[in-house]
Amino acid sequence: MNIEANERLDAKGLACPMPIVKTKKALTNLEPGQVIEVQATDKGSTADIKAWAESTGHQYLGTVEEREVLTHYVRKASESEKNGETKHEDVTELEDLRSKVDGDEDLSILDVREPAEFAFGHIPGAINIPLGELEERFEELNEDDELHVICRTGSRSDLAAQKLSGKGYKHVRNVVPGMAEWEGPTDKTN
Amino acid sequence: MTVKTITTGELAKKVVNHEETLILDVRNTDEFDDWKIEGGKVKVFNEPYFNLLDGIESVERDLQKDQEVIVVCAKGGSSQMVGELLEEAGYSDVYSLEGGMKAWSEHLEPTKVADLNGGGSLYQFVRLGKGCLSYFIESDGEAAVIDANRMTEIYETFAKEKGVNIKHLIDTHLHADHISGGRQLAENAKGTYYLPPKDATDVTFDHTALQEGRDIVVGNTRVKVQPIYSPGHTLGSTSLIIDDQYLLTGDILFIESIGRPDLAGKAEDWVGDLRETLYKRYKELSNDLVVLPAHYSFAKELGKGGKVSARLGDLYQKNSGLQVDDEGEFRKMVTDNLPPQPNAYDKIRHTNMGKVNPDEEERREMEIGPNRCAVHG
Repeated sequence: MNIEANERLDAKGLACPMPIVKTKKALTNLEPGQVIEVQATDKGSTADIKAWAESTGHQYLGTVEEREVLTHYVRKASESEKNGETKHEDVTELEDLRSKVDGDEDLSILDVREPAEFAFGHIPGAINIPLGELEERFEELNEDDELHVICRTGSRSDLAAQKLSGKGYKHVRNVVPGMAEWEGPTDKTN
Repeated sequence: MTVKTITTGELAKKVVNHEETLILDVRNTDEFDDWKIEGGKVKVFNEPYFNLLDGIESVERDLQKDQEVIVVCAKGGSSQMVGELLEEAGYSDVYSLEGGMKAWSEHLEPTKVADLNGGGSLYQFVRLGKGCLSYFIESDGEAAVIDANRMTEIYETFAKEKGVNIKHLIDTHLHADHISGGRQLAENAKGTYYLPPKDATDVTFDHTALQEGRDIVVGNTRVKVQPIYSPGHTLGSTSLIIDDQYLLTGDILFIESIGRPDLAGKAEDWVGDLRETLYKRYKELSNDLVVLPAHYSFAKELGKGGKVSARLGDLYQKNSGLQVDDEGEFRKMVTDNLPPQPNAYDKIRHTNMGKVNPDEEERREMEIGPNRCAVHG
């Protein structure tokens, strides 16, 4: 599995507490919202990195185990995603999106989270363009489709929806709240 | 700066001697909630090490600067680091538990239960970290170990100290919560490994049948080990009467609770056997037998010196699992109250049958965690 990350940390061979101590340190150099990849061999590191992320507000994305190496993905906490204020007017509630997905409707879903977040679980059929790349890549999207833009909490997708409207896209809907509360089917990129 | 350390043996002594002991467990909270150090006058609180990296304020209100505190983690690394942070903050009596909970899980604390006929003795080995109890009988230069744990060298060292040779290894049932040391000990000492035939149908190695009517003698015809067929936890579960005085109940009857019948996936089938054993077979035995189980589940069961035992007649008065007259109600209590399965129990059973052979490190990992062999009424 090849998952993009902004930073890679090698903590292989290190025993507890060092994988967490080093992750914490490395994260200070990242921008909010960026993703770090941590390679470790300490078996306890999975439970610890998850619990540590929860207690500090960072977002634990998941762990890939390959042979003896555990690769953890953590996304640095981003304050701006927590205020919950959205500006884009056309909004679709998560449960309405759920019934459309369950009803096998032909849908366009744009997931604007980071590739590593997307990799650990997204709605089947969704396409992934991270918010930061939308400016260069928006032309990949079909202007005539009704676009359902989703992220984790509804904040990044709000910005993306505004941006697309500004580019002349007319049928753009922001899905709220977002993947954090999605209980429907998901795919993983493996 | 290096923090002072305390060994699992030193900590075990404090626990069984009911000394005031304050423990700061710095593992993550899920692990702490699942399983922690308990017993005696232990007071334990949890703050994960990663919450202390930027400052120890969150533990300051629970700790006096001159108070003795033992810091515990999974393997001994984080407790060392937190110990240093505490010392830097002015705490003066800080210890780190060597080897952490992993080592604690493996510590066995021997305590003498009784003198037996003709100069023999009976010892109980208390595994404080897991609640497992195993037994060591020595008589006339020979020894028997019953329900031995994986840490075989502890029994071997003990035998050497006592100047006896281990001859008999007996498991009261096929264990699902810990890896048996019986087979290894038998191999090392060229002794005999006894297993109940009905639990040994899928066992891949040579052993001898543990059967009612075939008594085992430890030492020169002095100490009699009498098997009593008592199914219910497993189909083969067999109790042992030692020297006509001590009843080793395996995982059938504990001090505060009774065994669970489901670890081989047979709760419905075996609950009838469990009922029969507890309410008929054991009732026919003398009330004065001293019950010595293979587990305990509550710290309060640890008596003087860590010993876990009770008179059979008293258990018929007090143990809630023995007070249910109605068979339907008993069935419901046992099958409705089943705790979560012990960690890796299926793999442990297969290891004990000889069907899989995990390496040493994996064996240690498989046993980490609490013991859940009992049903509480």
